[in-house]
Amino acid sequence: MRSGLNLKQRLQQQLVTPEILALMARMPKPTGSFGYDAWGYNEDAATLAVASLKLLYDRYFRVEASGLENIPPRGRVLLVSNHSGQLPIDGLMIGVATATNPHGPRAVRGMIERFFPTVPWLGNLMNAIGGVIGDPVNCSKMLAAEEAIMVFPEGVRGSGKLYKERYQLQRFGTGFIHLAMNNDTPIVPVAVIGAEETMPALANLKPIAKLLGLPYFPLLPIYAPLPARMFIHFGKPIRFEGGRADESEISERAAQVKESIRKLISEGLAARQSVF
Amino acid sequence: MATKPKKSVSDPIARSAAKSIAAASLESKSASERKTVLVTGAAGALAKRVIAKLYGQYQVIAVDFRSKVETDAGIPSYLVELHKRGFEDIFNQHKIDAVIHVGRMFTHEKTPQQRYNANVLGTKRLLDLSLKHGVGQVIIHSSYFVYGASAYNPALLDEDAPLKATEVTQDLVDSVELESLANIYLWKHPQLNITILRPCNVLGPGVRNSMSILLSRPLAPVLVGFSPLMQFLHVDDMAAAIMLAFDKNLPGIYNVAPDDYVPFQEAVTQCGCRRLPIPSIPPALPKMLSNLLNWKAFFPPYLINYFKYPVILDGALFREKFGWKPRRSLNDIFSYYRKQKLVLSGKP
Repeated sequence: MRSGLNLKQRLQQQLVTPEILALMARMPKPTGSFGYDAWGYNEDAATLAVASLKLLYDRYFRVEASGLENIPPRGRVLLVSNHSGQLPIDGLMIGVATATNPHGPRAVRGMIERFFPTVPWLGNLMNAIGGVIGDPVNCSKMLAAEEAIMVFPEGVRGSGKLYKERYQLQRFGTGFIHLAMNNDTPIVPVAVIGAEETMPALANLKPIAKLLGLPYFPLLPIYAPLPARMFIHFGKPIRFEGGRADESEISERAAQVKESIRKLISEGLAARQSVF
Repeated sequence: MATKPKKSVSDPIARSAAKSIAAASLESKSASERKTVLVTGAAGALAKRVIAKLYGQYQVIAVDFRSKVETDAGIPSYLVELHKRGFEDIFNQHKIDAVIHVGRMFTHEKTPQQRYNANVLGTKRLLDLSLKHGVGQVIIHSSYFVYGASAYNPALLDEDAPLKATEVTQDLVDSVELESLANIYLWKHPQLNITILRPCNVLGPGVRNSMSILLSRPLAPVLVGFSPLMQFLHVDDMAAAIMLAFDKNLPGIYNVAPDDYVPFQEAVTQCGCRRLPIPSIPPALPKMLSNLLNWKAFFPPYLINYFKYPVILDGALFREKFGWKPRRSLNDIFSYYRKQKLVLSGKP
């Protein structure tokens, strides 16, 4: 265990720059006496994660983020994004973009699948860097605690889709609209361009997925993320009045958010000059 | 969280409770008119502290099933099992005004059958006798175990979260049933003024629950790859919480927990234990090892999941309604276990 600590310390020394530390210090993120919050987020782990993912962000995917001023520097917010690329690389890159936002860094919380806590090490690790199982209780408690939450309303329908369906938004769940309305929370629409090309799936190998207990298993030309250039666009915040609304109104509002993301995507695709 | 006692005084129940406290302190001058409080589990570290706080203001009766407690002058002490016939004699001999039910047979004490009898049937008898003899207030000390440790638990469980302890193991049936009993009496007999407290892990000098025994050991078993977030409370702070619940008399169910969190393995290290990694896969393996090595006192097979998945309580309701705030930090709590080990090892 001691060698593990040394490795962690060595990584911290090599990767964590004073700039990262300054950004982390500016985050409006309360933690307890050992640096943890109620969902397992840990300052040190999050700092190390941001520092190491920043390398991928800058050098591998060469991410360009725009509209960062649309993310409120403090207070509750839902970042609602399209989902693609088989692995949640889009989520991680949104996390780096918000953590290093010059207008006000935020620690954004991602919703993880319910089986992750049962996986040794991975469950704790994902909690430590901000992941939380997607339970409505967790979401509303986090919004009450003025956290920033990232939501992919397409879920696995988005991340698991094939390359031929790229940039076609799949069916949106409506849970995020309920959350936003019940907790008086602004929605920032987000479009990620380029994640589709990091893992272009030719087919979904359903029998293997079933065998492994996974939601999907892609047939890929190469089983590693390709260095596609990524662009993240944050749109203007959308607010919905609280109070009662029936399901048809909720669906309408979800469609409205979906439409604004679709617009951000088509603008982003039009502006993109090359995939790699 | 900063809490404002002013807020709770503004509501009528709190005001009447405050009056009764004032009345109680006036009464303290004449010993014969002092209110009588029966405290169960009197041999335990928590009840001892509660008794010390009650002493002087109230007439205290100490009860335990383990041993006849040596008490201060003027505190009658009984060795009695709650579900046995002799228990009613105490109610016949004394006019009991309030009961603070701390006594619990721990999961490592005696057989599951005896535990069920003591904890569930014993509590039922205590509540029935309280009803029969006109007791006006009952405090029940429950546990965070009732929520159950599941991978699907959201964090910050409210008091109305389902009690899923028995989903994981039948060995915790007594703790859940004790609570449902208390709940039935809570709404059926409002005159009992039942307050149920569900604390997180209570630790500190003299505490003999499984977590405290584990953290007192030089070598503490931990599950490889799992370090669930936990909440810890110093036994002094829990005693203070019981006293507040008693003084303010606001019946209901309350989690009692700080808003500070630490992973189990970090707590183990902070308490000066060396970690003994136990393979966590397949899931049956740690249970088998615990059985085989007879670790039921500190790492019992039916509590394995609590060392794997978090059960994090939202203690905001109690903190706000009672103006309670723990005075001891996590580090204060852990330093007791660190120092204890240094003393035992003979190092300065």
